[in-house]
Amino acid sequence: MNWLKIFYSRKLRNRIHLSWMWISLGIVFILPMSLFIGLMWKSAILLNQQSIFDLLFSSEWKPMAGKFGYLTFIVSSVWVTMIALLIAGPVCLLTAIHLTQYAKSWVLKIMAPIIDILAGLPSVIFGVWGILFVIPLLANHIGPFFGKSVSGYSILAGAIVLSIMIIPFILNILIEIFQTVPKELSEASLSLGATRWQTIKFVLLKKSSAGIVSAFGLGMSRAFGETIAVLMVVGNVVHLPSGVFQPGYPLPSLIANNYGEMLSIPMYDSALMFSALLLFVIVLIFNAISRLIILRSSH
Amino acid sequence: MRKILKIEERFYRVLMFLATTFIGTALFVILFSILRTGLPHLSWEMLSEIPHGGYYFGKSGGIFNAIVGSVYLSLGSSLIAFLVGLPIAMFINIHLIRHTKFVAVIRFLLDLLWGVPSIVYGAFGFTIMVFFGMRTSLMAGIITVSLFILPIIVRAMDEVLRNVPKGLLESSLSLGSTNSEIAYVVYFKQCLPGIITAWLLAFGRAIGDAASILFTTGYTDYVPHALNEPAATLPLAIFFQLSSPIPEVRERAYAASAILIFIVLTVSVISRILGCKYNKNKINF
Repeated sequence: MNWLKIFYSRKLRNRIHLSWMWISLGIVFILPMSLFIGLMWKSAILLNQQSIFDLLFSSEWKPMAGKFGYLTFIVSSVWVTMIALLIAGPVCLLTAIHLTQYAKSWVLKIMAPIIDILAGLPSVIFGVWGILFVIPLLANHIGPFFGKSVSGYSILAGAIVLSIMIIPFILNILIEIFQTVPKELSEASLSLGATRWQTIKFVLLKKSSAGIVSAFGLGMSRAFGETIAVLMVVGNVVHLPSGVFQPGYPLPSLIANNYGEMLSIPMYDSALMFSALLLFVIVLIFNAISRLIILRSSH
Repeated sequence: MRKILKIEERFYRVLMFLATTFIGTALFVILFSILRTGLPHLSWEMLSEIPHGGYYFGKSGGIFNAIVGSVYLSLGSSLIAFLVGLPIAMFINIHLIRHTKFVAVIRFLLDLLWGVPSIVYGAFGFTIMVFFGMRTSLMAGIITVSLFILPIIVRAMDEVLRNVPKGLLESSLSLGSTNSEIAYVVYFKQCLPGIITAWLLAFGRAIGDAASILFTTGYTDYVPHALNEPAATLPLAIFFQLSSPIPEVRERAYAASAILIFIVLTVSVISRILGCKYNKNKINF
């Protein structure tokens, strides 16, 4: 009965593999749940004492006195993210059109590894670059140009570093979206006598407008959660920023900067975990909406 | 009218050309400005010695502890992520291939997880650590980072396995293979270069990420000998030492960033070479 033995051992192996696959898949399903529950559990202490409304719309941040208002951090985060998107968005859009519609193959051959490497550079490297290049540039050239003396560590510096970081990310999605637009549509437009640019404007961009919006949404959520690179150049001063040359203090930096001391002050621990939860929820919502738009438009 | 259209197109083409060159130059400016500052400080002492007199104040010594710690951390976490991730990718593409709705949900979930910022994973890892009464250690860092790179490695392998022609699955099934044999014998061999590329991608992410290990791995001047000891890592070595007032310490940070760039570039080049090989040996139906 040798064949029976082989048959059963193969079956057994299949079983073992299958159960390991189910366990692994289970981890993927449990992970987001446990992320949420874990952070919720930690921040529950804070949420029990203050209402969410108070936390989000007060700018009073005095951990010693037990006052936690996140407005300053949220405003800083929004400033940095928006300016980064303003810089990165047009650049990505133009480059994506160029690479998919006009560029010769040798340009693609050069640009593909460049985008790859840029996407793979660690965020701390961008931070070092910010300190070595962007900060001096702002302090010595751009600041004086606007008639201000600035240290360089500012919201603008964070936004510039961030914009370069999210460029490869947005660009890859945009290229993918433009490639899914059927060639026949462009050909039809061209055969009707439209110029290449008219075709791009009225066919390509119109057809993929939902995709473009969601690509920007994904880039925005990526920028919103970026920590180390921004932390290194943004200045980290707790006050409501009123201009781009002023230092800011985004949410991720708040978490990263205070991890050492948080255990010694009561509630501080909980407050930082609440900011992680806030970050998690905001990014998740943005991501989910953008992904859903992409999925819907690709059908 | 025609002329205006021509001018408009010209104008935008110039803008597009500028945008493309902007991205290209950005990369070179980044690499140039860091390597120019970092390379002069690279020496054998920097590579092979631990910092003497504390990493923040000591003026001599190198970053050997950070290099070793980073390699341990990213090898360990990418191994765990691989052991969990490969079965998921296989499962989606072989066992569940007919349940398209379920697979779409899994992919959506993975994409969402990919987008979660690493600092959130770091805070979560810290919560687990406190919950189980662990101290900052290599182990805690490995677990946190492997959670962080799991969605990345699964989606990367998924993209590779997705492109395997259906005929391969059908012919293996018709020859009487079990599903797991198709996964680990047929598909694994067919996609090996792609799978290695996915692993390299995850390795690169693991070695470069600082926010997720900030809370969990700790920092030390010594080379870790066990999983329950804290470990130094390259990104944190850069981050901490760059804020030092002592120039010699900052030099260590610049040297560390040059090494990190070198590692990331090597990983990128290897995966590019593998990608070319992969396309050459692929079975076409």
